[in-house]
Amino acid sequence: MEAVKSSTPVGRLNNWLKAKSPQDRILEVVVYLFMIVVTVLTIYPFLNVLAISFNDSVDTIRGGITIWPRQFTLKNYDLIFTYEGLITGFKISFLRTVIGTVAGLASGSMLAYTLARSDFQARRFISIFLAVTMYVSGGLIPGFILMKELHLIDTFAVYILPGLVSAFNVFIIRSFIDGLPYALQESAKLDGANDFTIYWRVILPLCKPALATVALFLAVGQWNSWFDTYLFNGSNESLTTLQYELMKILQSTTTSATNSQDAANMAERMAQVSPESVKMAITIIVTVPILIVYPFLQKYFVKGMTLGAVKS
Amino acid sequence: MKAVTVVSEKAYKKTERNAWKVFKSQRYLYYMSIPFVIWVFVFQYLPLWGWTMAFQKYKPGLSFFEQKWVGLEHFRTLFRDDHFYQVLRNTLAMSLMGLIAGFIVPVVFALLLNEVRIQVIKRFVQTVSYLPHFVSWVVAAGIVTKMLSADGGVVNDMFMGLGIIEQPIQFMAQGKLFWWVVTFGDIWKETGWNAIIYLAAIAGIGPELYEAARVDGASRFRQMWHITLPGIRPTIIILLIMSIGHLLGTGFEKQFLLGNHLVIDYSEVLDLYALNYGLAMGRYSFGTAINIFNSVISLILLFAANGIFKRYTNESIM
Repeated sequence: MEAVKSSTPVGRLNNWLKAKSPQDRILEVVVYLFMIVVTVLTIYPFLNVLAISFNDSVDTIRGGITIWPRQFTLKNYDLIFTYEGLITGFKISFLRTVIGTVAGLASGSMLAYTLARSDFQARRFISIFLAVTMYVSGGLIPGFILMKELHLIDTFAVYILPGLVSAFNVFIIRSFIDGLPYALQESAKLDGANDFTIYWRVILPLCKPALATVALFLAVGQWNSWFDTYLFNGSNESLTTLQYELMKILQSTTTSATNSQDAANMAERMAQVSPESVKMAITIIVTVPILIVYPFLQKYFVKGMTLGAVKS
Repeated sequence: MKAVTVVSEKAYKKTERNAWKVFKSQRYLYYMSIPFVIWVFVFQYLPLWGWTMAFQKYKPGLSFFEQKWVGLEHFRTLFRDDHFYQVLRNTLAMSLMGLIAGFIVPVVFALLLNEVRIQVIKRFVQTVSYLPHFVSWVVAAGIVTKMLSADGGVVNDMFMGLGIIEQPIQFMAQGKLFWWVVTFGDIWKETGWNAIIYLAAIAGIGPELYEAARVDGASRFRQMWHITLPGIRPTIIILLIMSIGHLLGTGFEKQFLLGNHLVIDYSEVLDLYALNYGLAMGRYSFGTAINIFNSVISLILLFAANGIFKRYTNESIM
């Protein structure tokens, strides 16, 4: 017995309520309440930071700013763009993101292609060789000593070289290539193409979704990285990254004693004008590039994550 | 008998020739992979060689053969250090809390999100939930500190407004609260991201199962309990084993960025210990011994977890 479909909103709501058992309705309410809580918990802090960054710095000290600036101003942003360290930081962060992503994609896709070829002799060996690195690593100090002995400390290369090949990314791309029909490679081979040509002309263009996923991982990783700066290039002003500068500024209030003189001076300079609002403005500058990118790549990385998880 | 030998010899020569032929025909595949294999060897395997430092009195500048070997001395120092046990306690506590929370919360979130039948809302909540994953821990730690701050932090304001507390809580200055701050910070940052895999697994469950349950009159909650949850069980177990393997390697970023000198007794973890006592003080060998201890425990946990799950659930990653 199908109820008569009503076209008015109230009628539809009525039908919907009737179609469900009381238990189902309770579940429905719980689910939507939960989703509202999750959304608020996730977004509110960002809106709060954004509002404070646009608020007059003296006024901010009074507190009580929620998601809307009380005294709107662009002064905080003006101020941080005059700070040399942030400009350099932005340049270095941008450079390492672009170069690191491109280099990581090239290495990851090439290795993945060879590992996806079931006839490749060294396939098993290389797969295991790579997989081991996902579970065992030398650790902080041997890694540091290696960088020192390779003379990579105080160089830009230390941002790119150590992490160039990532087993996880290779396996994500490989699973994707595994899903492509092998006949494509066969026919290219019959046309006389060599393995590199097949990779470049046939596989790469088809791999865009997997490459987009890995590109996002690499770019986010590079952009967000600060510890390598801290460890290797912290004292070299021309090589510090944006995240590292932000870290210094945020940490300076809590542990100014342990920070370097340089950071303390900077913090002092910042503190004279305004601590809170300027800090939040820098936070926004550091965060915005990522926030612009990720919704567009969502459909790719959801697929990529799933593939990676199933295979590894 | 003789004939057999001849045949097999021939066959052997043939396969040898074939292997060489295949090698030659696959030379491009080798060109494309060998450089990176060497790369991985240098940057991932050579540091493992550095583990020998833990058994030496390592002095920078001397060659490997000139180093003085001291056996297990650094490990003995480590195990005799009271501070070490405090650090180990912190590491295990925060890892375990992170493991339990980081595994239960995303499953619950995925289950509930799956019950959202309005696609627009589902997609919106999902997109929003990833957001914190994409910001760095530097930013996240700044935000967490801001939200928990005693003057004007939203959490304290809210609790005071609701009359739960009289005085603002000094979240960032109390050692005892530090583990919770780290755990909740982690939940805030990673729940949405970790739920992706569960949502994908849920999407793979056959609709006919739900159909049948509906015919039998099962409520939505019972469907969730008897179909969805068992349906993602293999995924849950595999992820659980993997995260146990990374238990001690959960990193030190959070602790480094959220910690301060007031809470150091509760915030210092093994990697930070290695950083502070190994690298900063130049005691490379001692620091390496800490690194090794960390790795060995992780591996033991991984194999133990894998073994237990293999035995009781027939799911394993190896």
